[in-house]
Amino acid sequence: MGTRLHLAAALHATGEEAFTARRWAELVREAELGTLDFVTFGDSLGGRPGLDAVLTAARVAPLTTHVGLVPTAVVTHTEPFHLSKAIATLDHVGRGRAGVELTVAPDAADARHFGRRTVGPEPELWEEARDYAEVLRRLWDSWEDDAEIRDEATGRFVDREKLHYIDFEGRWFKVRGPSITPRPPQGHPLIAATEPLGDVVFSDDASASDRLVFRDVDATTSADQLIAWHEQGFAGFRLHGDLRRITRELVPELRERGVFRTEYEHTTLRGHLGLARPANQFA
Amino acid sequence: MTKQIHLAAHFPGVNNTTVWSDPQAGSHIEFDSFVHLAQTAERAKFDFFFLAEGLRLREQGGKIYDLDVVGRPDTFTVLAALAAVTTRLGLAGTINSTFNEPYEVARQFASLDHLSDGRAAWNVVTSWDAFTGENFRRGGFLAQEDRYTRAESFLRTAWKLFDTGVGPFEHRDQHFDIGGTFGVPRSPQGRPVILQAGDSEEGREFAAATADAIFSRHGTLEAGQKFYRDVKGRLAKYGRTPDQLKVLPAATFVLGDTDADAQERAAVVRRQQVSGATAIRFLEQVWNRDLSGYDPNGPLPDVEPVTGENTIAQGRASVRMFKDPAQTVREWRERAAAKNLSIRDLVIDVSARQTFIGSADSVATQIDDLVQQDAADGFILVPHVTPGGLDEFADTVVPLLQERGVFRSEYSGPTLRDHLGIR
Repeated sequence: MGTRLHLAAALHATGEEAFTARRWAELVREAELGTLDFVTFGDSLGGRPGLDAVLTAARVAPLTTHVGLVPTAVVTHTEPFHLSKAIATLDHVGRGRAGVELTVAPDAADARHFGRRTVGPEPELWEEARDYAEVLRRLWDSWEDDAEIRDEATGRFVDREKLHYIDFEGRWFKVRGPSITPRPPQGHPLIAATEPLGDVVFSDDASASDRLVFRDVDATTSADQLIAWHEQGFAGFRLHGDLRRITRELVPELRERGVFRTEYEHTTLRGHLGLARPANQFA
Repeated sequence: MTKQIHLAAHFPGVNNTTVWSDPQAGSHIEFDSFVHLAQTAERAKFDFFFLAEGLRLREQGGKIYDLDVVGRPDTFTVLAALAAVTTRLGLAGTINSTFNEPYEVARQFASLDHLSDGRAAWNVVTSWDAFTGENFRRGGFLAQEDRYTRAESFLRTAWKLFDTGVGPFEHRDQHFDIGGTFGVPRSPQGRPVILQAGDSEEGREFAAATADAIFSRHGTLEAGQKFYRDVKGRLAKYGRTPDQLKVLPAATFVLGDTDADAQERAAVVRRQQVSGATAIRFLEQVWNRDLSGYDPNGPLPDVEPVTGENTIAQGRASVRMFKDPAQTVREWRERAAAKNLSIRDLVIDVSARQTFIGSADSVATQIDDLVQQDAADGFILVPHVTPGGLDEFADTVVPLLQERGVFRSEYSGPTLRDHLGIR
């Protein structure tokens, strides 16, 4: 029996249904029936029709209990302070199931929606994304886990020695901190991207990172092929296409071959992926 | 004609109204607390749930303020999640027009309105301070006098995007020059309900021009009527009628089996809200100087306040209420001398009185009277305990209002605009 592989699904909805909570709830429940590690919610700031991915993930979080929820967020035109608390809150709402896929927006058309900046070449935007991921992690750590003390004797709700300014200063932004949101259940919600700047990298190259490399593949890919790629070093796969083909055909076959879980063994996304809860860098 | 009352539930905030030391007090961040308050409000047929926001932890004397509840969720994320566990309740969130951009906020509110089937509301706030700006890319970029012009531009830009739905847009004004394609179809309400909380001249004018409801501090009969007449009187010049802007003061409450019992409970709550340490910090905000050496059970400080810009407290709008600290200090010294009050007693006396105190029947009467006498169209109720602080009100006061025929027994429509009776 080989080692276990990990499976994620990129959720897609089309037509008017794409704007209903009901459709997204059906999809996420289906993914959870298939004991997938996580689902991703695509997004852009380019005007493509669709709902905000973080809100969509939050809307379905209370309706599920195990599957990881990984919305896409665009670095280039957003505030790391806002995204940090949004993903921390998704983690509180989902009790340890949140992640985020960071992307960049190199198109001038996207920049026109904001009217704030001209965008540099894509490699530079990914440099900025690296700083952004660093700021997310620092803000998540800006509250120690036991910062809330409710000490009636001194009248103090928090121990302010356990709240930290992050004082990040980079080429693109400065952020003072601390976060307004307490440290999320996972410590650090999962950070994923097509570049190696977090816990999961989506890549066709199994050696792209010493972190978990997920390959983006079509849902019609055979179990044999996935197992072969897994043996070459891919930790898992993000499947695109018919969700029921994944949950009703691929998953049962992979379970039978002993390479995919038959039930959830953890309640957090980091737990599903075998990732430890990170220590706090400020503690 | 008998007016119908509107009621909203304010999630307890990061100030000393919230009693975290109460044995019943629960988490301020776990989702279960938000679910509890929202479901209580929905069971009681409230118009909406309300979430405040502040984008930097408060400081006093250069240190993080540690005596009140600290820590909040992200507004959009928690409201979207609450849409999954409620079906009719409006979901109102505070979003700052200074440290956000219209394209992103319009997508978020349009998404929330779709995901909640038409229950989204936006409390539009502005800030300008460099203190909050330190958490954001642009820093403290906005001059104080520009905050309302940016807020109004921001809102009008967002409206253009809501109205566009999926398709091309162009918008250019003093603050924004943007264009391209919006990608969220027209949502069930078209536009989210707009709330405004500013009390200044500019804030009232902004509300009269743009808001569906205004959140005020004027909960008493005389002050409420004055404010009500003032803001409703501003509507005509914008081609609006008085019923198009609901006046909803914030209100605290303490209930009891009898009025006397409620008064006793209210006195206990006020002492919970104002510890000795809190009393000293409160005086520091007026004196604008360190008073940590004073005994809260002793007389008022003998030193004079530091006049000029208030520098001791950061991230706290309420310090601006004391426009003439020297005068305030004189009045408080006279009051303390006349009534023989310690520092803590004085702070309780001047700061902590609840809006409604009494048996369920007398609180229902007080609320109904204020609404029928045009001091308000309803109230945003602020419980002092999280998350169960609204339970007793929902179980005892709401049925009495329903019996009087002044509050709904069932929701008449699916959207928050339906609940508020606005279009």
